[in-house]
Amino acid sequence: MDPINTAEGMEGEDRSVVSAAPPQPVIELPKRPYRTHGGVHPPHHKNTAKLASEEMPAPSHVIISMQQHIGKACQPLVKVGDTVAVGQKIADSDSPVCSPIHASVSGKVKRIGSLLLPNGTEVQTVEIEADGLQTVCPEIAPPQVETPEELYLAVRESGLVGLGGAGFPVSVKLNFNSNRHEDMPLRKVDTLVINGAECEPYLTADCREMLESPQDVIEGARFLLRMLRLRRVIIGVEANKPEAIAMLRMVITARGLEKRICVLKLRAAYPQGAEKILVKACTDRTVPIGKIPADVGCIVMNVTSVGFLARYLRTGMPLVTKRITVDGTAIAQPKNVIVPIGTSVADVADFCGGFREDPRKIVMGGPMMGTALYTMDYPIIKQNNGLVFMGQAEAAAGQPTDCIRCGRCVAACPMYLTPVNIQHLAEQRDKAGIEEINVKGCMECGCCAYACPAHRPLVQFMRLAKTL
Amino acid sequence: MENQSPAMLSVSPSPHFHSGESTAVIMQDVLIALVPATLMAVVYFGWRTVLLLGVCVGSCVLAEYLCRRAMNRPQTIGDFSAAVTGVLLAFNLPPTIHPLLAVLGCVFAIVVVKQMFGGIGMNFVNPAIAARVFLLISFPSQMSRWSIPFFYLSRNADTDAVSSATPLAQMATGTVNVSYMDLFIGMRGGCVGETCVLALLLGGSYLLLRRVITPEIPLCFLGTVAVISLLAGQNPLLHLMTGGVMLGAIFMATDYTTCPVNRAGKVIYGVGCGVITMTIRLFGALPEGVSYAILLMNILTPHIETLTQSAPFGKEAA
Repeated sequence: MDPINTAEGMEGEDRSVVSAAPPQPVIELPKRPYRTHGGVHPPHHKNTAKLASEEMPAPSHVIISMQQHIGKACQPLVKVGDTVAVGQKIADSDSPVCSPIHASVSGKVKRIGSLLLPNGTEVQTVEIEADGLQTVCPEIAPPQVETPEELYLAVRESGLVGLGGAGFPVSVKLNFNSNRHEDMPLRKVDTLVINGAECEPYLTADCREMLESPQDVIEGARFLLRMLRLRRVIIGVEANKPEAIAMLRMVITARGLEKRICVLKLRAAYPQGAEKILVKACTDRTVPIGKIPADVGCIVMNVTSVGFLARYLRTGMPLVTKRITVDGTAIAQPKNVIVPIGTSVADVADFCGGFREDPRKIVMGGPMMGTALYTMDYPIIKQNNGLVFMGQAEAAAGQPTDCIRCGRCVAACPMYLTPVNIQHLAEQRDKAGIEEINVKGCMECGCCAYACPAHRPLVQFMRLAKTL
Repeated sequence: MENQSPAMLSVSPSPHFHSGESTAVIMQDVLIALVPATLMAVVYFGWRTVLLLGVCVGSCVLAEYLCRRAMNRPQTIGDFSAAVTGVLLAFNLPPTIHPLLAVLGCVFAIVVVKQMFGGIGMNFVNPAIAARVFLLISFPSQMSRWSIPFFYLSRNADTDAVSSATPLAQMATGTVNVSYMDLFIGMRGGCVGETCVLALLLGGSYLLLRRVITPEIPLCFLGTVAVISLLAGQNPLLHLMTGGVMLGAIFMATDYTTCPVNRAGKVIYGVGCGVITMTIRLFGALPEGVSYAILLMNILTPHIETLTQSAPFGKEAA
C-alpha cells in the first residue's frame, strides 16, 4: 500500500492537538539512494570543507534588501534616523508568502535606498550605520511552541527562508496545506527530506553546518518529526562528504533515533541537491511537473535551515547571520565565513584577505546555478550560501559554435528533456512545439550547458522557451 | 572600495562552469581513433593509401574552406570535422581508385551533403557515406576493383592492381578461403580502412574510453548482424569481420549529426542498421549493404527520435 495513504489523523483540523499524540508508525528507512537520471560531474573544488567557519565582525555599514525570499517584497518598518538593535524586525509584509527581515547590526538607519537586482528589477533597501556595539534587541526570547500553529508563527517570525538557495519562506512550506488550491485534497506529509547534498562545486557551507552543529540538525529534525507528526526523516548527503555523514550518523545513534532518522549517502553527481531529484533519490517518489514535494508526502528542507530552526527555538534569535563559502581562483584566502546579513560583497572579500588576482566574475551562489554580480557593493542576503570570485582563466567563456547533435545535453538532463530540440524550437519561436516538449519541467540546473561541447547557451534557450 | 572595478566584472547567465569539451577536441579524438586503421591500411595497401588519404583530407578541408567563404559564413575548418569526413571517405574507397574520383567524392560530401544543408550538425545523412554511395552508383566498376594486401610489392603492381574477390563476394558464391586470423588482422581485399578488425576495435575502444561515443549503436548494430546471420544458418564471425560492418558500426553509424540523440533511439537505430545490412547481404543483389543501411537509417533518424522521446520527469504522474 502507498505509505502516504496509510498515515492516519493527518487532517489539518487535527493538527492543533497532535503534539501529545503518540508517534506515527515507522515506515522503512531507505538503505541506499534510488536511481536518478542524468547529471554531470563538475570538479568538486571543496577546498574549504576542512576549514572551521570564521565569524566576521559586523561591518560599519549594512545594506538590507527587502527581497530576501520568494514572494512579495517586504516593506520597511523603520525610518531614517531610527535606532535599531540586532534581531529587531525592520521589515515585513501582509502577503501570505513572505518572510520578515531583521536588523543584523545595531545602529542607526541611515537611508531607505534601492538596489538593482541582477535580473533587472529594483528593490528597496534599509541601510544601517553600525554602532559597533551589536546590542541585542531586548524582545528576543525563545518562542513557546506547543502546536503546529505556534510553529508556523514562530518560524515566520524567525525570518527563516530556504537556505539552500531558493529562499522559499519556511513557515509557508511547513504549513503545506495553507496554500493549497481549494479543490485539491488535503496534503498528507509523512517524510521530511533534509538536503545536505550540497552538489554545487566550491560550496561547503552546509558541510560545515553538519560538522559544526550536527546536534542542532538532528534536534531540528526530531522537533519537526514530532511537531508535524511525520514518520521519518531522510538526510541526503553526497558521498563526497564522508565526515559529515559519519558525524550525523553518530549523533543519530547517540540519541537513539535510528528508527526515525537516517542519513543517505547520495551519488556525488550534480544536481543531487535539486529538490525533485533529491525526493526521487531519497524516497523513490516522483514530484509531478507543476506540483510541490508535499503533493507526494514530502517536505524538503536544507540542512542549515533545520539547524537554524533548532537554534532559533533555543535562543529566539532570528536569521541575521549566514554562513557562506568564499572561494574561487581570485580570492586570497578561501574560507567559510559567518557574515551579518547585508554585509557587502566587497567587505567579505576584504575579510578573506582581498584578491590574489583581479576578479573577472563574481558569482553569488554556486558556479552551476549562481548569479553573476555586476558590482561588489551588492549585499549578502539570507539564502546566499557562497561567493565565488573567479579570476581571468576561470571566468573565460567559450564561444558558441554550431550544435553537432552529440546528445550530451540529453544524457545530462536530470528531467529527461531534450535541450537540443528545445533550443531549435526556441530559436524558431515555435510555441506549439515547445508546449509539446514540456519545457516547464526544466529547473535550469545547467547540466546541458555544462556538457555542451559547442558551448551553446542552452539555459538561456530554456528560459526563452518558457517565456514564449 | 578601492578594489572595486565594476566595468571589469563580466556577467553571464548560469552555469559559470563548463566541461571543457569542444567540437574540435571531439573531432581530434575521432582522428586519433582512426590512426591504427590508417597505419594498417598503409601497411597493406602501400604508398597509394597515403596519397589517397592526403587527397581526401586536403580536398575536404579545402572544399569546406571555399564553401564557407563563398557563403560568407564563419569559418569552420578549425573544428576538424571536414578532416574526419576526408579520412572516413578514404577509408570507404578501394585502394586503387583514381585520386580525381576521390576528389569528386569529397566535394560531393562537403559541398552537397554537408554545407548545402547548413554545415556541421545540419546534414541529414552522413557525408562520407553519402559520397561513397554516390561514387558506388556513378562509377560501379572503379568502386569495386579490390586489391589483395601487399599487392604493391609484386612486380606489376604499378601497372594494375591485382584483382581479387572480397570474402563477402566469396561468401555469396559459397567458397570462403580466408582464416579468422587473417580477417581479424585485415589480411584480405576490401576498402582502404575497413579490413583490419583489430585496428578498428582499438579505435572504437579509444572512442568509448574517451566517451566520444556510447556503446549502444555499435553493440546493437553488430549484435543484430550476428543474430541474423545465426538465424540464417551462416557464420556470424565471418559476417562481423568482413565487409564494412566494423568500420560502419564503430565510426560511420555513430556520427552525431545523423544518429538519434537519445538512448532508446540509438538502440532502434543500431538494430535497424543491422537488419538492413543483413537483408541486403542475404537477399540483395549486392554483396555488401552497410552503406545503404546507414544511409537509410540516417534518413529515419528524426522519426526514430520523435517516436522514442522520453517522458519528462514527473510527466507520467501528472
